[in-house]
Amino acid sequence: MSKTLDDNAVVRLPRGVRMREDAARGGWVLLAPERIFQLDAIAHAIMTHVDGERSVSQIVDGLVVDYDAERDRIRHDVLALFHALIDRGVLEVIS
Amino acid sequence: MNDMPRAETTVAPPMGLLAELTHRCPLQCPYCSNPVELERRSDELDTAGWQRVLREAAALGVLQVHLSGGEPAARPDLVDLVETCAREGLYSNLITAGVSITSERLAALEAAGLDHVQLSFQGADDVVTEHVSGMRGAFDKKCAFAGEVRARGLPLTLNVVLHRANIHQIDDFIELALRLGAERLELAHAQYYGWALRNRGALMPKRAEVMTALRTVEAAQRRLKGRLAIDSVVPDYYAHFPKPCMNGWGQQTINVTPSGLGLPCHAAQTIPGLEFWNVREHGLADIWYHSPAFNAFRGTDFLPETCQSCDRLDIDHGGCRCQALMMTGDARQMDPVCQHSPWHEEIQTLTLEESGRDEPFAYRRFAKHTRPA
Repeated sequence: MSKTLDDNAVVRLPRGVRMREDAARGGWVLLAPERIFQLDAIAHAIMTHVDGERSVSQIVDGLVVDYDAERDRIRHDVLALFHALIDRGVLEVIS
Repeated sequence: MNDMPRAETTVAPPMGLLAELTHRCPLQCPYCSNPVELERRSDELDTAGWQRVLREAAALGVLQVHLSGGEPAARPDLVDLVETCAREGLYSNLITAGVSITSERLAALEAAGLDHVQLSFQGADDVVTEHVSGMRGAFDKKCAFAGEVRARGLPLTLNVVLHRANIHQIDDFIELALRLGAERLELAHAQYYGWALRNRGALMPKRAEVMTALRTVEAAQRRLKGRLAIDSVVPDYYAHFPKPCMNGWGQQTINVTPSGLGLPCHAAQTIPGLEFWNVREHGLADIWYHSPAFNAFRGTDFLPETCQSCDRLDIDHGGCRCQALMMTGDARQMDPVCQHSPWHEEIQTLTLEESGRDEPFAYRRFAKHTRPA
């Protein structure tokens, strides 16, 4: 199970976790067993790249293009978010 | 609109809907959160009625629906209702005893889009399960059901209500959760409302047992981090501060009873004088924003001065209204569990007395029909 999160890792939402827009309150949320996580704009932007196929570094590359920002900074944000979500059981490393 | 009522501009929409589809249940647990006066099958909303509630919930802003009861599988239309949830984008959580759902029906629930299963366990073995649930053979059925849920890859949470008759089994429940492949285990000390209040003298554990239990759970949470998530609901009669009941009255969750009453919480009907609205006569949004019961205890303005100047006001909102009423006779009082409450000593004494009683369970059953002579 617990494969490590590094630049080559591929992540996905585990079964039972879904991302959707929360029109009533604004923004996006992750719906999980007995819990709801409200995503800020940055977290949502990152999560839109999570498809269970792209690696962490491919996701970072995509975000660098989208936001024309420093790669190191984006990589740091992506890894921080993924670590936090993995700790809470709402994201998994599949390879 | 010129006439926008105050509540609508300040109250956020609910995140969760607890849909109590029926009060019928094959188990008879003495701590059931249903009211002592159970609603009958003939009073239940029909399929179209529940589907309308689900659609209105989605439009109102609800994200998660907890399909509960009683035993929700006692409703023949459970699969249809799960399908409606999925169609409306609602996250569906089935809260079940797991003794009556066949493989075929579970397959249909999965195909309809069920997101998560929460399965109750009354004991960590056959003997305790039968004693607490009042149903023979329930333990084996639950284990088999858990196996089928996991075989389908559906996420599984085990839910256990802790009390005097099973508090010694915490390690066994953890072992069971691991063995059955559950991702989460909820260990919730009994909350004394409804049937549990009636059975308080049979359920209340002793202080030493509670402290041991809390230590065991904390150790297991550390040990199993990443393997099994353990949620712990503390026994509030033994606490210094109240729980943030429902995260505030009418703030996040709406309950709908089998007959369609919209409630701010399970036990709200124990508070006299509250006017509840029914989904048969009112839209769900109307009930949430405008019904007298939902607006009765919104916010914290009604709480006594001790609460107003307390730095925990935004944490626990003065605790539970039903518990305040029960102990002090006034639902506007602070929760008597709080160490700042003038009734705190009284609840401590009561807890000590109740934990020393040796009463048999009054099992959860429908009252006998009384007929005029």
